[in-house]
Amino acid sequence: MLEAQHLRKSYGELRAVDDISFQVHPGELLGLLGPNGAGKSTTIAMLTGLIEPDEGIVLINGQPLTGDSDPAKLRIGLVPQDLALYEELSALANLRFFGALYNLAGARLESAIDAALSLVGLSESRSAAVKTFSGGMKRRLNLAAGLLHDPDILLLDEPTVGVDPQSRNAIFDNLRTLKARGKALLYTSHYMEEIEKLADRVVIVDRGRVIADDTLAGLSARVPLPASGERSSLESVFLGLTGTSLRD
Amino acid sequence: MLTPLTAMIRKDLLLYATDRRAVILTLIAPIVIAAFFGFIFSGGGASSTPAKIAIAIADEDGSAVSKAIVMGAQTDRNLHVDMLSAALAAEQVRKGAISVAVVIPKGFGEAAARAFFSAQNRPRLTFLYDPSHLGEMGMVSGILTQYVMESVSAEVFSGNDNSARIAEESIEASSLPLDQRDKLRDLIDAAQAFYSLPPLPGPEGTSADAHPARGIGMPYVVEEHAVTSGADVTYNGYAHAFAGMTIQFILIAAVDLGIGILTERQRGLWKRLRSAPVSRRLLLAGKTVSASLLGLFSLLVCFAFAMAVFGVRIHGSIAGFVLVAAASAFMAASFGILIAAIGRTPQAVRGVSMLAVLVMLMLGGAWMPSFMFPQWLQQLSFVIPTRWAIDGLEAMTWRGLDLVSALTSSAALAGFAVVFLGIALWRFRWEE
Repeated sequence: MLEAQHLRKSYGELRAVDDISFQVHPGELLGLLGPNGAGKSTTIAMLTGLIEPDEGIVLINGQPLTGDSDPAKLRIGLVPQDLALYEELSALANLRFFGALYNLAGARLESAIDAALSLVGLSESRSAAVKTFSGGMKRRLNLAAGLLHDPDILLLDEPTVGVDPQSRNAIFDNLRTLKARGKALLYTSHYMEEIEKLADRVVIVDRGRVIADDTLAGLSARVPLPASGERSSLESVFLGLTGTSLRD
Repeated sequence: MLTPLTAMIRKDLLLYATDRRAVILTLIAPIVIAAFFGFIFSGGGASSTPAKIAIAIADEDGSAVSKAIVMGAQTDRNLHVDMLSAALAAEQVRKGAISVAVVIPKGFGEAAARAFFSAQNRPRLTFLYDPSHLGEMGMVSGILTQYVMESVSAEVFSGNDNSARIAEESIEASSLPLDQRDKLRDLIDAAQAFYSLPPLPGPEGTSADAHPARGIGMPYVVEEHAVTSGADVTYNGYAHAFAGMTIQFILIAAVDLGIGILTERQRGLWKRLRSAPVSRRLLLAGKTVSASLLGLFSLLVCFAFAMAVFGVRIHGSIAGFVLVAAASAFMAASFGILIAAIGRTPQAVRGVSMLAVLVMLMLGGAWMPSFMFPQWLQQLSFVIPTRWAIDGLEAMTWRGLDLVSALTSSAALAGFAVVFLGIALWRFRWEE
């Protein structure tokens, strides 16, 4: 289980994250939403150990995350928003490299690569250079790279940006599979329909603070029912809670 | 810890192998440019005669003295002499066709003979020179001094009617007391009597050069010995050229390394690397080791080419050569890490870091040997790592120095590398 407890982080005068707390449980997909500049990226960076919080702690299965080389990081997988891949290398070479960073080697590494490529449907393209891949294939490989070491917790930072509906659908299937395997998934996106499809629970942050932490049904109940009498969409809930003014 | 480190090194080597531009930059470019500079430094070949300095002489005097000066210059192995008018000679200098023109004015021979006895009213020998060839101007002046002294003194001591008249008139015109004038007159008479004698036959097998010159000659003969690592070892200009150019290109590759790290950070790759359980030091160590290995590979391949094609040899310690090459590569890699540490974006850092590399190369003697620098600059260049790298490589090649010499250069280079890495660790912007 992943737990953020009272995380705070400032950059000079700017308080990017101001007392954020939430939990992600095994077999659960938590949607993390927020307008631009709300503190999502900073929160993800603290959860993965990229930056240290000024205050608060990150707990991985009850153990605090400390330092760059904390073995607890073995339990976390990151799928960054950027296509963090070496374009000139093959998919296989990329995965061998990223797997080795988690001390995977030999048969264990090859087995993990086979499993990850199989999950994202790229087994046939394993030897091709990443630069020859389509955008969707790169996104799926990006996901595979985060899964290699079989982490208990997967942090996905807008993992479907710029992909076609087929690849997006494939990624959704992968995530459902992972959830079914008991992984704890934290998912950020600006696509509200994705969160509506996938998330069991949603945390909305704004101006560095958590302003809502609830199920989709619970969030809908926070705003008045529309005239149609149907449940409010997540987008209308989100805009209702965070306002419609531009943030950047 | 070893698995991530070796993976990082292997990945960088793989990326290098797939990058045609990097291969050209680190192997082909240094070889081509070093071959060109080596050709120039060697004067067209290690065994060829040195290039002659093209000069012109305008002999407006036409005296025996001036003709003797011209003949001496024409037979000198360092000069190529054209006889031109003063105006035409000046035009040729202006156009850059010749480096120096010497104008021997009318009356020079007699005036020089008179000035031989008194330092007054010395005639002027005019040198017109190309200001971009100042070094050649000095050489020509020095060479002609010899021929002028020989020619004028030979005329003064020849004992002919003209020289006797000039000597007598000079003595009479002098301010010497009468008794000193007589002594000087006796000295000149004796010299003229001596030089009027026919030359003695020399011992069998000796040349005329073994006998005194017919005037005041240079009181020594220059014996030139190029001091290298052994009697049979000649200086190979390619050794310096390859030392300079390989260091130049591994530093340029280091700039690429720094920019590459910044680009990786911009592309989000460092987020993925840093989310893994590896320390920051290990991440930088992986980059440093892989870049050092690639730099060493580039140095060794380029020098292997120089050995196979241009006859460059390691006359010193082979282990020392490898040590200096490795230390140079380590220094360059650390410099690349430093660039990544202090740079904010690839675009911002490229210009500044290339400027730093060019200054290091210039002051380190990569383009021209550091002995050509002013003394203060030679001293200053010891704080430039490239100076130690190039001197170290030269020491192990044509200078033929021992391992101890290599240790000194390598220690200095390692010191620079440690300082660069220390600053890099301190200043590296880990947070995107």
